[in-house]
Amino acid sequence: MPAYRPPRISASEITPREIYMSRRHFMGAAAAAGLAMTGVGEAFAAPLTTTPGAYKLDEKLTPKEAVTTYNNFYEFGVNKEDPAANSGDFKPTPWSVKIDGMVGKPMEIGLEDLLKMPLEDRTYRMRCVEGWSMAIPWVGFSLSALLDKVEPLGSAKYVSFETVVRPEEMPGQKGFFQALPWPYIEGLRLDEARHPLTILAVGLYGETLPNANGAPIRLVVPWKYGFKSIKSIVRISLVDKQPQTTWKNSNAREYGFYSNVNPAVDHPRWSQATEQRIGEGGFFGSNRRPTLPFNGYAEQVASLYDGMDLKANY
Amino acid sequence: MVSIPVLPRRYHKASVWALYVIGLCPAVWDFYLAYSGALGFNPVKEFEHLLGTWALRFIIATLAITPIRDLFGINWMRYRRALGLIAFYYVLMHVAVYVSLDLRFDFGAVWSDIVKRWYITIGMACLLLLIPLAVTSNNWSIRKLSGTWNKLHKLIYLIAIGGVIHYILSVKSVTLVPSTYIALIVLLVAYRVVRRPILDWKRGKTKMAQATR
Repeated sequence: MPAYRPPRISASEITPREIYMSRRHFMGAAAAAGLAMTGVGEAFAAPLTTTPGAYKLDEKLTPKEAVTTYNNFYEFGVNKEDPAANSGDFKPTPWSVKIDGMVGKPMEIGLEDLLKMPLEDRTYRMRCVEGWSMAIPWVGFSLSALLDKVEPLGSAKYVSFETVVRPEEMPGQKGFFQALPWPYIEGLRLDEARHPLTILAVGLYGETLPNANGAPIRLVVPWKYGFKSIKSIVRISLVDKQPQTTWKNSNAREYGFYSNVNPAVDHPRWSQATEQRIGEGGFFGSNRRPTLPFNGYAEQVASLYDGMDLKANY
Repeated sequence: MVSIPVLPRRYHKASVWALYVIGLCPAVWDFYLAYSGALGFNPVKEFEHLLGTWALRFIIATLAITPIRDLFGINWMRYRRALGLIAFYYVLMHVAVYVSLDLRFDFGAVWSDIVKRWYITIGMACLLLLIPLAVTSNNWSIRKLSGTWNKLHKLIYLIAIGGVIHYILSVKSVTLVPSTYIALIVLLVAYRVVRRPILDWKRGKTKMAQATR
């Protein structure tokens, strides 16, 4: 247990919006200046320069407050509010990602260089395996573009990802009864990783990622359940065998390697036919909407799985 | 032996009614929080889970009455019926929220949950088993059923175990909080197995003390 836990503060006691907005404006300007001088991203939300992406979403965006305070990030605790509440000590800078395995040019790439990749606005649906969803305006770049830099060998068939392990900064990684074995690991087939929809996100709502959302860099694979989109990545490896993945290791009957969003294949403990859009409808008007095959991206990705039994390869 | 101030007899009845009022306060408070938006961005699920957790807590409290009397000599037997009934009310509210606010009265979805998902099958079975206990919780039934009543109400052990299984099967990862509920219920149910020997041993000790006096 941490010796000191900051008290929960009720929303009504928090600084009025006008005041914090003016502070944010000031900090944003400071952050921009800092970025310009050092080229390093800041620990607090800093604005990012982006170009409009090719993929648009014609849906109401999930409010930023919901996106940043309703999260599954077990490194910070298992409750939805835990990541936002317990991630204050996490330091997303300095940061680097090691890219190794079956590549011609292994490298360790710093965040400052990652932020120089062509950043795009990508608004995607996010569907959690638990039956809720969001529409999130990510800022990121194509994973494929990064893979090009390391020149994957012909023998590479899969990509594996690893989250940082920092028990001192991530309260969910220490003490008894930890939720999962660390590091959190995930994986994709190389063609999935190469798909134009697959991005590494470095921001949302036009600013750098909050710690609760996987700062400073995370994967976003919009046609798969949210747990595939691994957060706070420190290592990417090109491999020839299907990589181990955290949730499949923890319960293979419930979580498969593919984990494509599929309303026709139920999770053993809950139906996947419908989803609850977070931040809409409130208490009495909560609206369930039908879940779409591949989370609505079937047109773009279904061909990746031609001839595959999606019930067996869940 | 722990000694706490004894509540004068004339307040017993009032204290039981006070327990009903206090026991149902969390439901009212959580409803208010959910309604006012203070339970976050998925208030229905949150409220549903809180009601279920309170049901489990009151079942634990119900099971704790006997060991507290046996081991510490504190007799709170007069509160046991209220604790059990409050647990039942929380289970009813938990299921009502699941059917109404969560699944929007989609009874097809409710039915497929019951037949396909073990934790919901078990949860629903617990609700059904609680009904005869709630119905026969009055003095008239206790008198009328006499010995049978005791046997019937042993169902609470099964319900407690089913309830905690329902809970742990519904979470993705068994961490400290679910483990605590498991431990408490296992302890309280296991106590019933060792209760006789413990009571005999205690009685023997008292007799010895009297004999040597």
